[in-house]
Amino acid sequence: MRPPRKPKLAVWKFASCDGCQLTLLDCEDELLDIVGAVDIAYFPEATRVHMPGPYDISLVEGSITTTDDARRIQEVRKQSKVLVAIGACATSGGIQALRNEANVHDYAETVYPHPEWIESLAKSKPIQEYVTVDYELRGCPISKTQLLEFLTAVLAGRKPNLPTYSVCEECKRKGRVCVVVSKGTACMGPITQAGCGAICPSFGRGCYGCFGPNDSANTESWSATMSKIGVSRLEQLRMLRGINCAAEPLATQSEALSR
Amino acid sequence: MSTRTFKFEALSRVEGEGSVTLKTREGELAGVQLRIFEPPRFFEAFLVDRSHDEVPDITSRICGICPIAYQTSSATAFESLFGIRLDPMVRELRRLIYAGEWIESHALHVHMLHAPDFLGYEDAVKMAAGEPEAVKRGLRMKKVGNAIMTLVGGREIHPINIRVGGFYAAPTKDALLTLRDSLQAALDDAVLSARWVSGFDFPDFDPVTEYVSMRNGTEYPIFEGRLVSTDGLDIALSEFGEHFQEFQEQHAHALHCTHVGFGPYQVGPLARYNLNRQLLTPVARQIADELKLGERVTNPFKSILVRAVETIYAIEESLRIIDGYEQPSKPCAEYRPVAGVAHGCSEAPRGMCYHRYEVTASGMIAKAQIVPPTSQNQARIERDLREWIPGILHLPEDKLRWKVEQAVRNYDPCISCATHFLRLKIEEV
Repeated sequence: MRPPRKPKLAVWKFASCDGCQLTLLDCEDELLDIVGAVDIAYFPEATRVHMPGPYDISLVEGSITTTDDARRIQEVRKQSKVLVAIGACATSGGIQALRNEANVHDYAETVYPHPEWIESLAKSKPIQEYVTVDYELRGCPISKTQLLEFLTAVLAGRKPNLPTYSVCEECKRKGRVCVVVSKGTACMGPITQAGCGAICPSFGRGCYGCFGPNDSANTESWSATMSKIGVSRLEQLRMLRGINCAAEPLATQSEALSR
Repeated sequence: MSTRTFKFEALSRVEGEGSVTLKTREGELAGVQLRIFEPPRFFEAFLVDRSHDEVPDITSRICGICPIAYQTSSATAFESLFGIRLDPMVRELRRLIYAGEWIESHALHVHMLHAPDFLGYEDAVKMAAGEPEAVKRGLRMKKVGNAIMTLVGGREIHPINIRVGGFYAAPTKDALLTLRDSLQAALDDAVLSARWVSGFDFPDFDPVTEYVSMRNGTEYPIFEGRLVSTDGLDIALSEFGEHFQEFQEQHAHALHCTHVGFGPYQVGPLARYNLNRQLLTPVARQIADELKLGERVTNPFKSILVRAVETIYAIEESLRIIDGYEQPSKPCAEYRPVAGVAHGCSEAPRGMCYHRYEVTASGMIAKAQIVPPTSQNQARIERDLREWIPGILHLPEDKLRWKVEQAVRNYDPCISCATHFLRLKIEEV
């Protein structure tokens, strides 16, 4: 009797730093178990193997910034049963979405002597702007714990348990002293989705929003609190214009503040 | 006349997106192009008008594989301009977290990305069937490197603790001591792995090139020091722009860098070893001798041996730092920004990474330039292919493709070190 077919896992990269897919290889204790449970069908960072689609699970890293990539993501969607956007680039356009409010041609001129050789879209956009995304794993980078929870859940056919509450809640649960209240430090914890383990406040610094806005993020109230502790409008703007600058409601709030 | 073009798309087991195009005419090699089609992300443009203290967190995002390199090159650039002297223990912590990145990155490349080529496996998972102990050793070492970065930096990818002037928080001595046993075990693993890779078959291939690395004369280079080369270069970081020039090649998708008057050069493990061998720690030096690496290693395929030796070095260095560590009274120095040009450089696992920032009196960035290791090695990789491929051109296409990939992987290229890396309107060759 043939053993049951293992699910096929593919890992795709668009505009990104490779850090989120590296998270999979960083599961040192679990890696050999993971490859026991799935067939790594396509993961160029790790293997020469390239099995043809369709794929049961596709992890998609990076944002869409070129016309070819806009075409390629359609193909990935067609070939994938479950498509998961992993990381800030794939879920919000990433830090490179800072170009969205600028003139790409000016940007290209700043970096390249021959900007005319560069083909790039005006905006860096998340995957869900182009295709249906089944799940999102947030973060810059994603959390190893969340990745393992996600893979385990999907393989077991249950819903993954991923938080939608804020970093503040995570921070309180860890018993950390609030950096805003105790030190007057600027912090995006109140408007950022949990998942990192509140590492920045644990090291005595404010959160800078790697996991993007949480479900009920109230950015106006956040701005008011930051102003109250002496964080200037320009500093608030720079915080909003960070890792997840194009995500709502951060983008709207930064527009409001820049008026 | 028979002209053939081989296109080896989507190089695997490298970070980021690249491909190689070979052109042959009458069975002879007529052209080689390493194409890097990573989409542009314009870091140098959006760093403008940001505050200097945000820069390490931003440049980190250039590369998820070597974030510490970017954070360190940025932070040291501003520290040097602002006249900040790091507390000696803070400096030790910077070296420790960087050593963690070397251990993690080298263990990954040696065991999971490069070794499978030498043994004919498609990847480390397949290799785990024939070489289970080696794969497990690699994973254990990688984990120790990540444990250092997590303890000192908060997490292994894009750590959050490095700031201009030092750290946000410094670990206690007891916390660092929790790493000691696993580092000691990793040292034994690293020696076994160095002996394991020394048994591989290496093609005879010794191209002549110039090697460039940092040097400070007292320790094997990670950060701080001058830039030196095997052709006699010896300059301060601030002189980088007078000696090295970046240029854009239409086919190459990324800015190249050349040593003015000398041409292509090589950065990375071979460069560090060839220029700083005498500064290796005892076990690393002993194993380098045992492996008969000699004064200079010029065969790029043997970079895997030097990475194995550097892994031993980084483990010994970590143990030394942990044993001598005392928690500093303040994790971060106080400073005031001054206007000027900031130069910073550090030795990423895959080679020297240079940063230059023009800074205003209020500490804002007016201009940024980042020269990643892989853009410096690009021309060298192409030249290796040009010199090496004629001898293997007779191989069937699938074998040829694999050999070409292996030769590219010699450089552990990090194509996502993406500051300048781009896709262009491609012209067919």
